Amino acid sequence: MRKLKLVMVGNGMAGVRTLEELLKMAPDLYDITVFGAEPHPNYNRILLSPVLAGEQTLDEIVLNPIEWYAQHGITLHLGKKVVDVDRRRRIVKAEDGTTAEYDRLLLATGSNPFILPVPGKDLDGVIAYRDIQDTNTMIEAAQRYKHAVVVGGGLLGLEAANGLMLRGMQVTVVHIAPWLMERQLDDVAGKLLQKSLEDRGLRFMIGASTAALIGDRDEGKGGRVMAVQFKDGREVPADLVVMAAGIRPNTELAEKIGVHCNRGIVVSDTMQTITDARIYAVGECASHRGIAYGLVAPLFEQGKVCATHLAEFGIGRYTGSQVSTKLKVTGIDLFSAGNFMGGEGTEEIVMSDPYGGVYKKLVLQDDKLVGACLYGDTVDGSWYFQLLREGRKVAEIRDRLMFGESHLGVAGHEGQNKAASMADDAEVCGCNGVNKGTICKAIKEKGLFTLDEVRKHTKASASCGSCTGLVEQILMFTAGGDYSATPKKKAVCACTDHSHDEVRRAIREHRLVTMDSAFRFLDWRTPNGCSTCRPAVNYYLLSTWPKEAQDDPQSRFINERSHANIQKDGTYSVVPRMWGGETNASELRRIADVVEKYKIPTVKVTGGQRIDLLGVKKEDLPHVWQDLGMPSGHAYAKALRTVKTCVGSEWCRFGTQDSTQMGKDLERALWRMYAPHKVKLAVSGCPRNCAESGIKDVGIIGVDSGWELYIGGNGGIKTEAGQFFCKVKTAEEVLEYSGAFLQLYREEGWYLERTVHYLHRVGMEHVKQKVLEDAENRKALWERLQFALDGEPDPWFEFDKAHVDTRQFEPLSV
Amino acid sequence: MSTWKAVCRVGDIPVLGARRVARPQGVDVAVFRTQDDQVFALLDRCPHKGGPLSQGIVFGTSVACPLHNWTIGLDDGCAKTPDEGCTQRFSVRLEGDQVLLDLDELLTLALDELPPAAGAAIRLVAA
Repeated sequence: MRKLKLVMVGNGMAGVRTLEELLKMAPDLYDITVFGAEPHPNYNRILLSPVLAGEQTLDEIVLNPIEWYAQHGITLHLGKKVVDVDRRRRIVKAEDGTTAEYDRLLLATGSNPFILPVPGKDLDGVIAYRDIQDTNTMIEAAQRYKHAVVVGGGLLGLEAANGLMLRGMQVTVVHIAPWLMERQLDDVAGKLLQKSLEDRGLRFMIGASTAALIGDRDEGKGGRVMAVQFKDGREVPADLVVMAAGIRPNTELAEKIGVHCNRGIVVSDTMQTITDARIYAVGECASHRGIAYGLVAPLFEQGKVCATHLAEFGIGRYTGSQVSTKLKVTGIDLFSAGNFMGGEGTEEIVMSDPYGGVYKKLVLQDDKLVGACLYGDTVDGSWYFQLLREGRKVAEIRDRLMFGESHLGVAGHEGQNKAASMADDAEVCGCNGVNKGTICKAIKEKGLFTLDEVRKHTKASASCGSCTGLVEQILMFTAGGDYSATPKKKAVCACTDHSHDEVRRAIREHRLVTMDSAFRFLDWRTPNGCSTCRPAVNYYLLSTWPKEAQDDPQSRFINERSHANIQKDGTYSVVPRMWGGETNASELRRIADVVEKYKIPTVKVTGGQRIDLLGVKKEDLPHVWQDLGMPSGHAYAKALRTVKTCVGSEWCRFGTQDSTQMGKDLERALWRMYAPHKVKLAVSGCPRNCAESGIKDVGIIGVDSGWELYIGGNGGIKTEAGQFFCKVKTAEEVLEYSGAFLQLYREEGWYLERTVHYLHRVGMEHVKQKVLEDAENRKALWERLQFALDGEPDPWFEFDKAHVDTRQFEPLSV
Repeated sequence: MSTWKAVCRVGDIPVLGARRVARPQGVDVAVFRTQDDQVFALLDRCPHKGGPLSQGIVFGTSVACPLHNWTIGLDDGCAKTPDEGCTQRFSVRLEGDQVLLDLDELLTLALDELPPAAGAAIRLVAA
């Protein structure tokens, strides 16, 4: 088979990212040729500001060294500008006569700086701030000259001004709008920013309009620039003028070859130009639904989509992005996203402490966060950005919204510290022992942009996830505001672009009952998925079509496949079920005998009122279960674990209800219930709440007049008190209401999403609507759960029925 | 001249699964079966922290270690990037439906690799 030819015009971040994604998916599909106008390989343009400021070197910001192109068999033409394309014969022509044929053409020509059309714009010493060459010119000028003027008080202009000032120049920033960064900040934050920068030594001319640049020869018309003249007649000395008044998509080539442009090369959701299906465009040169993006995050999303089409998977749509902004000037914290100006139909929550240099504004519309502008304290920027992207209702947390996520009662490191002020040796990820310095180093050296990449390379936030917020913050200020936020729609894993919701919906609406049919129907990229999607899809099939879908043991994590918990040395632990945390002499005697007979090294009482036998050899598991003669405790499963109880009215002098019996009844009704994640319950017999019902997925507290139900509590990864759900009178109602809520969670929760996170995602109102306000639906949910659990086997005793592959307990020998 | 030793039939290994083969000495060998009935053998010990790869989820020609989810290639025994490290691979031959391993390799390779031990975590405390 002849290899197809892919030619890319442009050698920048968006284009090369597209190639990287393509090579991951279809490494041998194309012969690839790349034309780059600059003499450099792909480098991290975002980090030019730290280079200018002297915080990083040029070598440090190269993303793909020359060797990378060679390793992947890519023909690289550096310093060659493409000037024409013969679309009929499909040939690309460069200025020096080099040509290349293509089957698919990828335009990634980036953007050009906007140069004010004023007299003197062509003088020596007048530059833009766009690439390595500009950066070097600025570094050299700073060594020889004194006065610099930066035209434009936006993100780029301020970073340039800050860098030049740090290199010893006297810098004036000229800005035509009434306040700095008017596209990212409101007037209050803009003025606070101006004050901080003035304190550092920058000068500003706000609302000033440039009339001409004056040279030092030919009556000011030639030679090197020496002053900037304004419309009101004022003049400012300048030996260097940096034009940073905006960028324009570079559509020169596209227009010349007849590809439709409108403030960018117009592309569809598949990143194809609308003129010629063989020609794709990504990056700053592309205009998608009328927007040309200038930040890395959306451009990488575009690249990913474009790559799936180039790889001929024909799936994936780019549907636009939400963007956020962060200024890369060390020591200045500002963040903005969405509609931060507010206006008609919006409400604002504002916190302003100008003396303390802190200002925060949140903009809400229809109970959703639609914009945020933070100055001086951006700790919660990533959290607000997440709320904004997800479009979640925030009515329930409105009174605490301004005080950030840490005020929502989070354990672990999430958002407790200001990422920027943490020392390099401070530990960020407590699971894997990753400190801040390691993360920053990886981000800079390996050119990481997304949370997933940081997880992959450093393991930070890759285990329990409680430090995710902090890692995102570090990513934000290290990679700048351009860091790639999680796309609005999160794919299940790398095998697909479909989200958990889409997979669930397809399984339900198209009655998919096997893993194969689901993978085929949803165009999975891999023949048999991966260790992330298989357990999820298997759970979705079983929870959607109980009794119909076939369980696939090989798609279950080892604990659920061997019905015991794997330990660090490859042995297992066994937790028998003790209904409601109650046991008796004969059970304890059997446990003691088993411990001695199988030489079990550790016997431990768990937090869930049960006994854990640790260090059991896999070969012994079936015998241990048999000898114990107790039901499986499912301590190894994403399923109902334990129902913790206090002794209640049976013994306790304060007990108002028989909580032990209630707990036993609940456990007998719900055991063998698989769920998106582990499920823990507790029943207390009075408001003293000795069974700690407040931190369980479903917590029940007996009171004199009945039972109170709390849901979505969590004691582990995210310490959070359960929310009051309802009060009922009878034990039957406790069963029905708890069961209905758990069934709703089973049907709607994403795999590995605890009830606390599920509840945050869908909102309490939704759950109340489905379970409390709609009696018919509640009963239907409860019945569906009972139907699913009816006749479910105990995997410790009914191997065939529970699809337990007994071969796993028998090692082969030589 | 290798001596090939039959350890089981292909059908004795679950599809997308593995079986453990005990050796007279040293850590077990894991024998894997892919969807299309290819068979691979690796030392049953993840290069990361010694997890038993035989217990992992098999997909494509890789296995995810059950302890910390490292992905190990079945063909070369090496961790996929960004993780690093390899575990010993063993030669496999299929004769009809018989799975054969090289006896010399079984008796000689990776005998000094110790199985992970349970017990308290050992941390290096900075002086």
